Amino acid sequence: MKLHTLAHSRTGDKGDTSNISIIAYRTEDYPLLCEQLTAERVAEFFSGLLDPGAAPVRRYELPNVQALNFVLPGILRGGVTRSLALDAHGKCLGSALLDLELEIQN
Amino acid sequence: MKTLRIGSGAGYSGDRIEPAVELAEQGDLDYLVFECLAERTIALAQQARISDPQGGYDPLLSERMQRVLPFVGVHAGRRRLRVITNMGAANPVSAAIEVRRIAAELGLNLKVVAVVGDDVLAVLQPEQVLDNGQTLASLGDRLISANAYLGVDGILEALHADADVVITGRVADPSLFLAPQMFEFGWAADDWQRLGRGTLVGHLLECAGQVSGGYFADPGFKDVDDLARLGFPLAEINADGEALITKVLGSGGRVSRATCTEQLIYEVHDPAAYLTPDVTADFSHVGFVEEGVDRVRAGGADGRARPEQLKVSVGFLDGWIGEGQMSYGGPGAVARARLARDVVLKRLELMGVKMQDVRAELIGMDSLHGPRSSVEPWEVRLRVAARCEERSEAVRVGNEVETLYTNGPSGGGGASKSVRQVVAVASLLLPRGSVNPRIEA
Repeated sequence: MKLHTLAHSRTGDKGDTSNISIIAYRTEDYPLLCEQLTAERVAEFFSGLLDPGAAPVRRYELPNVQALNFVLPGILRGGVTRSLALDAHGKCLGSALLDLELEIQN
Repeated sequence: MKTLRIGSGAGYSGDRIEPAVELAEQGDLDYLVFECLAERTIALAQQARISDPQGGYDPLLSERMQRVLPFVGVHAGRRRLRVITNMGAANPVSAAIEVRRIAAELGLNLKVVAVVGDDVLAVLQPEQVLDNGQTLASLGDRLISANAYLGVDGILEALHADADVVITGRVADPSLFLAPQMFEFGWAADDWQRLGRGTLVGHLLECAGQVSGGYFADPGFKDVDDLARLGFPLAEINADGEALITKVLGSGGRVSRATCTEQLIYEVHDPAAYLTPDVTADFSHVGFVEEGVDRVRAGGADGRARPEQLKVSVGFLDGWIGEGQMSYGGPGAVARARLARDVVLKRLELMGVKMQDVRAELIGMDSLHGPRSSVEPWEVRLRVAARCEERSEAVRVGNEVETLYTNGPSGGGGASKSVRQVVAVASLLLPRGSVNPRIEA
């Protein structure tokens, strides 16, 4: 099942760092997100975009709002002002992450 | 217990004006706040001020003020409405003069106060090092601006001076909203828990429509009613900093747990340590409760002592970006666009165009997140962009894409090209004592 079915997302930027929230629609799905959406899994998903020399991807948990916050240093490659990217803010990154496949056990 | 009503009239410089007018007219507000300064906006404004010493404030300041000032100040049967905004950008004093001119033109007697002191260019030393590793000295005459993120201090002083309109330059976004809460409720500058709560309110409101259904809709998953008539948010706040987020009745959009949660985490790194000049806010235990349609109660924010140093945003010129685009459609579009990309890159190399960095991609295929296998699209658009030290070199990038018309693969169409100067931003930290916020009435 795609992450898109269980969660929504918004992406923010500060300098050349992006932060992506992943928010479960239903409280009961939050433990599954915590289990499967590790910082390593998110880093792997964005491996083509992340700067190998930058600090690792960090994950923060916000259980009261059933959300995870991923911080991705260096992914904006020079930041909004210098980047040659079409989406220099990286605003679309969170939507891409929702394409990630989750393993659902019945 | 008194309830304070603060509305958010803009989330960025170019934001829509109609929802702000709706809030001013129908929001029953005490304060209307316009947050209009992104990271780089003030450096661009400083450039504008260099070419026009009376300029350098927000380009939409005059239009916004013409539309909302008639509701500002004391009017019979209404709450006294005041405006707080960072639309002063690189020139709060001239912005205040402009607002006074508009008020006089409208026949209004309003007190307009500017907050200054964020411009620290003269305070910085050449040996100071930016977060990108460069020293200020190495930037030479490419250095444009240096602005400290001020906190609530100057705004509080302006409110004590009975200002109807407070105009600042660089102030931390949530501080624009925290200051009126501290002023109205008499919170101490070290009442960290209430300052943390007030900062949460500011953080939720500072991007305007982003908490009331803007930047949220995902049809079939997250639907938003009447997005076209999106209303901007307001908060009802009590003396303990407990707040309810809502919007004007009848406006479009939506305020829900989900919209508030997206905005809670927006541009936050560690939710337990959200740094502002006023407080280290802790959002890690924030929760939301829906109390009615488009009415969400926010709770659980906390705070600790504020940081000892202030962040300074430094703007500098960093070369030019040249760009060109061309579309390809129909069968074989991707193959032709790929050939066009290879041809342009080869020609730029053969011509010896001096580029610091170059990027070529196919919009519709790999421009946002890199490649991903999928069905062949019906149309794609080649985009080539390069950063160059000289403008003349950057111009050649777009030209080489345009010449694909007669020199590239078959069927390219809709060429476009552009060149822009890069105004880059980096930051450093400065001790509080080096920064002196003050008002100019």
